[in-house]
Amino acid sequence: MVENVRARPEGLLTPETRFPAAVAAGKSSSPETGIVSSVTLSDIVKRFEAFTAVHKTSLEIPEGNFVTLLGPSGCGKTTTLRMVAGLLDPTEGEILIKGRKVNDVPIHKRNLGLVFQNYALFPHKTIAENVAFGLKYRGVSKQDARKRVQGALELVQLPGVGDRYPKQLSGGQQQRIALARAIVIEPDVLLLDEPLSALDANLREDMRVELKRIQERIGVTTIFVTHDQSEALAMSDQIVVMSAGRVEQVGAPEDVYNTPASEFVANFLGASNILPARCVGRDGDAAVLETETFGRVPVPAAKAPNVSGEGPAKLVVRAEKLQLSPREAPADGVVAVDATVEAVDYQGQAVRYFVRAGDRHLQAINMIDERPFAEGAPVSLRLRPRDCAALPVS
Amino acid sequence: MSVERREARQPWILLSPAMAAITLLLFVPLIFIVVYSFWLRTATGADQAGFYLNNWNEALTDPFYRDILLNTLKIAAITTIVCALMGYPAAYFIARSRGNKAILLLLLMLPFWISYIIRTMSWINILGVSGAVNSILIWLGIIDEPLQMLYNETTVILGLVHFLLPFMILNVFVSLDGIDETLEDAANSLGATKWQGFLEVTLPLSLPGLAAGGLLCFVLGAGTYITPLVLGGSTDAMFANLVFEAIITQLNWPLGSALSLMLLAVLGALVLIYNRYLGMAQLMKGLG
Repeated sequence: MVENVRARPEGLLTPETRFPAAVAAGKSSSPETGIVSSVTLSDIVKRFEAFTAVHKTSLEIPEGNFVTLLGPSGCGKTTTLRMVAGLLDPTEGEILIKGRKVNDVPIHKRNLGLVFQNYALFPHKTIAENVAFGLKYRGVSKQDARKRVQGALELVQLPGVGDRYPKQLSGGQQQRIALARAIVIEPDVLLLDEPLSALDANLREDMRVELKRIQERIGVTTIFVTHDQSEALAMSDQIVVMSAGRVEQVGAPEDVYNTPASEFVANFLGASNILPARCVGRDGDAAVLETETFGRVPVPAAKAPNVSGEGPAKLVVRAEKLQLSPREAPADGVVAVDATVEAVDYQGQAVRYFVRAGDRHLQAINMIDERPFAEGAPVSLRLRPRDCAALPVS
Repeated sequence: MSVERREARQPWILLSPAMAAITLLLFVPLIFIVVYSFWLRTATGADQAGFYLNNWNEALTDPFYRDILLNTLKIAAITTIVCALMGYPAAYFIARSRGNKAILLLLLMLPFWISYIIRTMSWINILGVSGAVNSILIWLGIIDEPLQMLYNETTVILGLVHFLLPFMILNVFVSLDGIDETLEDAANSLGATKWQGFLEVTLPLSLPGLAAGGLLCFVLGAGTYITPLVLGGSTDAMFANLVFEAIITQLNWPLGSALSLMLLAVLGALVLIYNRYLGMAQLMKGLG
């Protein structure tokens, strides 16, 4: 793959938006949008001896954006974050923060807020001392420091805990303190390394909302690393999906979710059925894909950006877009095929069905308000072509 | 018997072999020593049983014993400080090295496979009149006559450091190894240099290990008699040498008993004082 980034929304990205002249002037900005870029990764590569953790990657993150690096473990997302933080040196390429090249700037001079998965609070210091830690190295007077610490603790909704020690707080509270400690120094960029993954499921969802609220309130450019797709979808302005050290797709959550740029993205975000297909031509603005299971499906051009001309392709059908219904005549413009329910995974408000249509096994996630279909039930699978996406065969 | 009662008894059952050993091998002999210290050694060389304070009187009032005791504590203190200064960086290196910690720790333990006495005597082959250093210096023509490097306080401290350094390194290593490395990353990200981060975070968190290693070095150093015997001169006797001299050479068990109890009392008191601070340090560690 020569070009790592396939989809290319405005503002956040790569060769076109790199302007050495603007960088030299102390400011890198995208000419189309005029948004000042806060963090720029320019062709960075990270190799550990023979192993390449991050292949040539470029990214531009606009000021104030919340950008998530999403991918499974080992995909290079944390390595990328650590390079921005200054905990790792890129093997090749440049990293710019607010237009300043930081490759040779040590971590303590980068002015970053860093939040770790395990909180990393100093156990021998009180909460107030923890939060004030970064202010000491910024020449903030004691009086100002006290005010700013108080302000930061109020922002994370833990105003009364300054005299306690980290061990006396719960995991969620410790993570709020870690966040307060990172933002009290007014960092240029906030870097969050899987900050929610050590928390319980319920708490994680609360903290997700809380974290996003705080980020929006202070407007700090944020890079968030996670392997959790729901966190990424819920919090991000832009998602960077990574796999095996390469960027698979960059885009707004709904774009990445609805129009995956690769089979990997389609499978990693949510559950998808990926069917072998053939593009047999165009029908107005749609690419017509022929599949064994669903026959001819006209996929809107916007959802088939990389499928052009006739030839083999893949049809992506999200599990929740595949509707099960009793076998009766479908409405116009709806593709319907007969299928049999093989297994039922009842989840309360939704059901995940494993169905067989012909000799193909598919999964469908349907909201239900009554009884789910039983195993072995004959059903009709319905699909609106505009809910499908098409991928080229790589 | 109920489950609760069985469970309540279990710790005692598990402890009993160790407690029996400590009772038989430590407390019973200690009681003998206490009793001995009040006996009297007569001019004929026989020991007179009874309750006499002569030995204690001599041990506590003779400035000879007091001076040697103070000198012993001084040598132990210097040894402990040298061990801390040399051991901490080594422990830090091992704790922060990637992958080969087990090998480094094994290398650290390697000297324990050789008798302490032999390790101590090896210095004679290195620093002695016909030892390695002198031979090389003479061969190189730098000196004509061998240097007298052995049998002084410095070589005693050298021998003690050689003996005690692994104890210090192991203790510091254990506490450094338990410190989350992301704490230093966090400190650095907040603006602290590597050194400031170390002073603010790693050093305070490793103090319990440094304190434990220090106590061990001090007590073992203050109680040794082999190192000064092998590497010290005639004036470098440490307190345990006096006990050795009284009991083995003069066969004066009552005086030897009183002297050894005196050393035990001084070191015991130091341990208690130390434990107050060590206890606090442990509490701090417990907060982490």
